[in-house]
Amino acid sequence: MTATARHSSRNRIRESTSRRVFRVINTTVLILLALICLLPFINVLAISFSDSFFVDSNQVYFWPKGFTLSAYTYILTRASFWSSFRTSLLRVALGGALNLFFIILTAYPLSKSNDRLHFRNVYTWYFFITMLISGGMIPNYLLICNMGLRDTIWSLVLPGALPVFNLVLMLNFFRQVPPALEDAALIDGAGHLRTLVQIYLPVSLPAIATITLFCIVSHWNAWFDGMIYITTPSRIPMQTYLRSILIDMNIAEMSADDYELYASLANRTVKCSQIIVATIPILCVYPFLQRYFVSGIVLGSVKG
Amino acid sequence: MTQKNTATHSHKRRRGISRAELPLHLMLIPGIVIIFIFHYIPLGGLVIAFQRFIPAKGLFGNQKWVGLQNFEYIFSMPNTMNVLTNTVVIAGAKIVLNLIIPITVALMLNELQSSKLKRTVQTVIYFPHFLSWIIFGSIIMDLLSPQNGIVNKLLGALGTDPIFFLGDNRYFRQTIIWTDIWKNFGYGTVVYMASITSIDPTLYEAAAIDGANRCQQTRHVTLPGMRMIIVLMMVLSLGNVLNAGFDQIYNMYSPIVYETGDIIDTMVYRLGMENAKYSPAAAVGIFKSVVSMVFISASYYVADRFFDYRLF
Repeated sequence: MTATARHSSRNRIRESTSRRVFRVINTTVLILLALICLLPFINVLAISFSDSFFVDSNQVYFWPKGFTLSAYTYILTRASFWSSFRTSLLRVALGGALNLFFIILTAYPLSKSNDRLHFRNVYTWYFFITMLISGGMIPNYLLICNMGLRDTIWSLVLPGALPVFNLVLMLNFFRQVPPALEDAALIDGAGHLRTLVQIYLPVSLPAIATITLFCIVSHWNAWFDGMIYITTPSRIPMQTYLRSILIDMNIAEMSADDYELYASLANRTVKCSQIIVATIPILCVYPFLQRYFVSGIVLGSVKG
Repeated sequence: MTQKNTATHSHKRRRGISRAELPLHLMLIPGIVIIFIFHYIPLGGLVIAFQRFIPAKGLFGNQKWVGLQNFEYIFSMPNTMNVLTNTVVIAGAKIVLNLIIPITVALMLNELQSSKLKRTVQTVIYFPHFLSWIIFGSIIMDLLSPQNGIVNKLLGALGTDPIFFLGDNRYFRQTIIWTDIWKNFGYGTVVYMASITSIDPTLYEAAAIDGANRCQQTRHVTLPGMRMIIVLMMVLSLGNVLNAGFDQIYNMYSPIVYETGDIIDTMVYRLGMENAKYSPAAAVGIFKSVVSMVFISASYYVADRFFDYRLF
């Protein structure tokens, strides 16, 4: 009843013709925008399920022609595809766990007010400066080489172990926890670590879910570090591997297994099926990403 | 008595970290160490821009100091100015369009009456943001391919000759800019939609009672309600003035389009990683870091001073 009342009050003036025209155009434009975003994926999907004969003769648009799973069975039997998939899973698990450990442990003290944590300003500047200036590609690369981390999984997970932007999201969320909860725990004799684990973490699950998703997606999508740090083909993460197959096509650096794949790429179906396979994990977490993303923005915009 | 207590108490506080507070400081140590190693050490490593760096001697080894020689080398290279122009033009266009388009789309979405359609459109346009440039870039390259891309097939049906979007200096920048918008406008739209939904609905009712039509309601209620977030996003995006998008361009460019598409980051990559000219590459890196730092600091200062926005 209230909803209808509000609705009618917003449209008290009877709809004019120009208004109706606007509404039709507006809806059409938005649907077109959505289609522009959607159709390329449908095109790639259709190609990946099509017979390469129809693909090569440019007959496939948005529906598979000569339906076949051969491209998928082909890539899913590649050893190099699976090894890169495993590396990426390991990276997501290890990197995500490290991210959470560092973010939570650092965000908790920083979420305290200045009189509860001395030198808080010094600490926040220490972390804030990393958002203003960075050494950039070359010194980072030389550091990893000097530390002997090259060609290990650590070169992929340690440098970004504490993402400062996510740290800010987490600490803004911790700040909303009523200080009375903390005081009660401290009076009961709980230490700070215990307060963090038993009081703060349970009430912060939505924020932790948001940040976990952000960390997972960024680890899954990362490719540049895999390209410059990892040299052993079996340790290359998925996106870097896909880059070498889909974009680079540097035959000189290919293993025999990859070359066979490259040769078969003359048909676009294999290429498109790889794109689809790499998109599926993102598609799986997408509903959650979407659900938590807005709360993430709200967290980020809380003023300190 | 009470007074005395408070006095000793505050005295204690001033003296430094109390025992109860100590665990908080200990908890910060892992984060401080990891940031020191992987952020402050590379920052210090930028000194190689003033050296003739020999990798065998190590990052902080006994290298030969050469003053500003590397900077002179960089600015004597024939394409440096070109790279700078490309960077600023591409980054600038992205900054402007990534503000205007999402705001427009958010306002348009707000006019939709079916909330189901609203949600569906948001879901669809926002998805590409979560794909890597490897995946999204290869989809685009497939679409825009001059031989069998679907875009050129459609253009062919209209009687146009095939266009090599990513291999022609006339089109490359435009293609880079618009495909970036394509990937990211959904993200911005969702951000602005979130701020629209937080506007108090009674404001609309009041405006309607005062006789404002939908257009006037948008201008006098919705836009003012979004003002804060718009200005904030604008101010914060200024820090990207030299970030033309390495991930995107590195995966989509080729030597044919260096003239219009080579940017600072790709130049640093080729100098340092492909040609092992670490010192000149670090010199370019310093230049970029310093300019970016000035812009980012200024933008945070403005955001803090005028919009009460503080990150920490």
